[in-house]
Amino acid sequence: MTVVPDAHDLSAARRLPGLERGSPTQSTPGSAATGSAVPGSAVPGVPAAGVALPGQAAAAEVAAGARPDGGVALPRIPSATPFPAAFGAVFRGQLARSKVGRIPLLFVASFQSIGILVLLRGILDVHDTTAAGQVVAGSTVLVVAFVALNLLAQRFGALRAAGALDYYLTLPVPPAAVVLGTAASYAAFAAPGTLITAVFGSLLYGLSLSGLWLLLPVVVLAGVCLSGLGAAVGLLAPRPELATIAGQLGMSVVLFLGVIPADRLPEVGRIARDALPSTYAVDALSEAFQPGVDWAMVVANLAVCAAVGIAALAVAVLALRRVGTS
Amino acid sequence: MLSYAVRGLTRRHGVGEHSVLANDGIDLDVRQGEVFGVLGPNGAGKTTLVRQLMGLLRPDAGTITMFGRDVRAEPGVPARLAGYLSQGDLALAELPVATAVTTTARMRGLSRGGARAACGSVLDELGLTAVAGRPLARLSGGQRRLACVATALVGDRPVLILDEPTTGLDPLARRAVWAALQRRREATGTTVVLITHNVLEAESVLDRVAVLEAGRVIACDTPGQLKASVSGDVRLDLAWRHDPPADDPTVAMLARLATTSGRRWTVRLAPAEARDALGRLTTGAAFAALDDFSLATPSLEDVYLTLGGVSRDLERT
Repeated sequence: MTVVPDAHDLSAARRLPGLERGSPTQSTPGSAATGSAVPGSAVPGVPAAGVALPGQAAAAEVAAGARPDGGVALPRIPSATPFPAAFGAVFRGQLARSKVGRIPLLFVASFQSIGILVLLRGILDVHDTTAAGQVVAGSTVLVVAFVALNLLAQRFGALRAAGALDYYLTLPVPPAAVVLGTAASYAAFAAPGTLITAVFGSLLYGLSLSGLWLLLPVVVLAGVCLSGLGAAVGLLAPRPELATIAGQLGMSVVLFLGVIPADRLPEVGRIARDALPSTYAVDALSEAFQPGVDWAMVVANLAVCAAVGIAALAVAVLALRRVGTS
Repeated sequence: MLSYAVRGLTRRHGVGEHSVLANDGIDLDVRQGEVFGVLGPNGAGKTTLVRQLMGLLRPDAGTITMFGRDVRAEPGVPARLAGYLSQGDLALAELPVATAVTTTARMRGLSRGGARAACGSVLDELGLTAVAGRPLARLSGGQRRLACVATALVGDRPVLILDEPTTGLDPLARRAVWAALQRRREATGTTVVLITHNVLEAESVLDRVAVLEAGRVIACDTPGQLKASVSGDVRLDLAWRHDPPADDPTVAMLARLATTSGRRWTVRLAPAEARDALGRLTTGAAFAALDDFSLATPSLEDVYLTLGGVSRDLERT
């Protein structure tokens, strides 16, 4: 017959995930009251005292101590994850993303630069190796700017707007590992495109390929510099659209001031060029295409890139910390 | 020992006229090893509360201690002690499931091999092994949410803070999540703080529940105690196959008291009355018209409404 279960029994019955009220199979009138209790089969409501310590892989900072009254031990507080492991995990995670969505963008980045090289081939004097070297170097650095500055600013802007930075901020990793790991992976996305652009440009303009090894430090340091700026812009922009606009504007400036040879710019353009960090990477790389390389100049130019990059990354790390403690 | 002790927690969003008091003087104790729920409608301040518990937001006033440590002074402590599931998953959307879980485990300090093993076991536990290689963005909504739950569970933290973990999950997947939480609680005394606006979930898995309304805790107790405290009445739900005979005295009496939704009636009655009414219905002429019925003690939704809750967006299923 119909039985009204008391509150305790029913609540116990409801603890069984499998038990749902009023299911059609139980609905034949008169069969029984649906939602009837199943005494004795409830999942225990309160855990027993003396719960085991959670097994933690990481080392403990605070020693556990059993309370004299309850016997429930304090959990060990896992230590924060060291920087190298955290950096590696962020970097690999971002690279895995590239397999899914980034490859078409890499093509876009290279095609844009190759298009510019082809366009300028028609109006430049090919025998002017200084100008030709600058055009090729400028187009190459543009690939880095597209990925590391523009895309990274958009990425951080979008993550911040969606509250998705919470994912990183609630993991025991240093904020610097998140910023540097992401920045490094974006710079790495740019690497194949820079090689394609530099080789294509050298062949198109008849430049020597012998100094092309210089591409490696240039891409690394331009990557540090531009991804640092991209990360800082993305994390500081109050709205994601502003991060996108800033990233694209930044890329346009890198394009304009990097590709056009310095001696063809007006005075104000030359001042702006000196103020733009990416042009130091352009100047360093363009040396690679010249017959006699001025190594002191190359090192000085790359040092500027590194310094600006480190400063920008530091700003980005501070910005990420600020998001985490708003 | 308390996993969390929260006192006078107050947090306002925005400034000036448009500011909203999201949390208003909240006091809570979350005991170690319990599954503690925060139930409330949208906009009640649940997410603001747990983001403060995770050290993601600074309270305007009040204190939060986690195992005796002051979260305001040490905002890094929750990240080390707790696995957190937020509502958004943009950070992980383009990652294959196994990569998302493994890199999360690595960021929780597991070794490379340990992370792979932990990933395999949590994907197996949640029934995600078959989609391990697929990016989250290419999964169904439910599987995608489940994959995010996997990232929160991996690495076995002593505390889990889950913001609506089962939203969008089918009943099978939902039970897999509940079972995974119970397993961790029983094996290692894991504390679970679970946000929900689903009454069934609250009644099924929570040891204690705080009911939140407009930034304030309007009740906090075990689901059974809460229900017992608001009313001795029981709820009789009737579904009619076709219109019941109006001249039947029991039907007429119930019709006067019922809130109806189409041919579904809900009547609140004293237990003895309900038992008698159901007895008469199932033995009388109205029986032929009766399609389905259930008799239940008040739900947490009843508790919420009785305590002054005004929103109607709590989910029942």
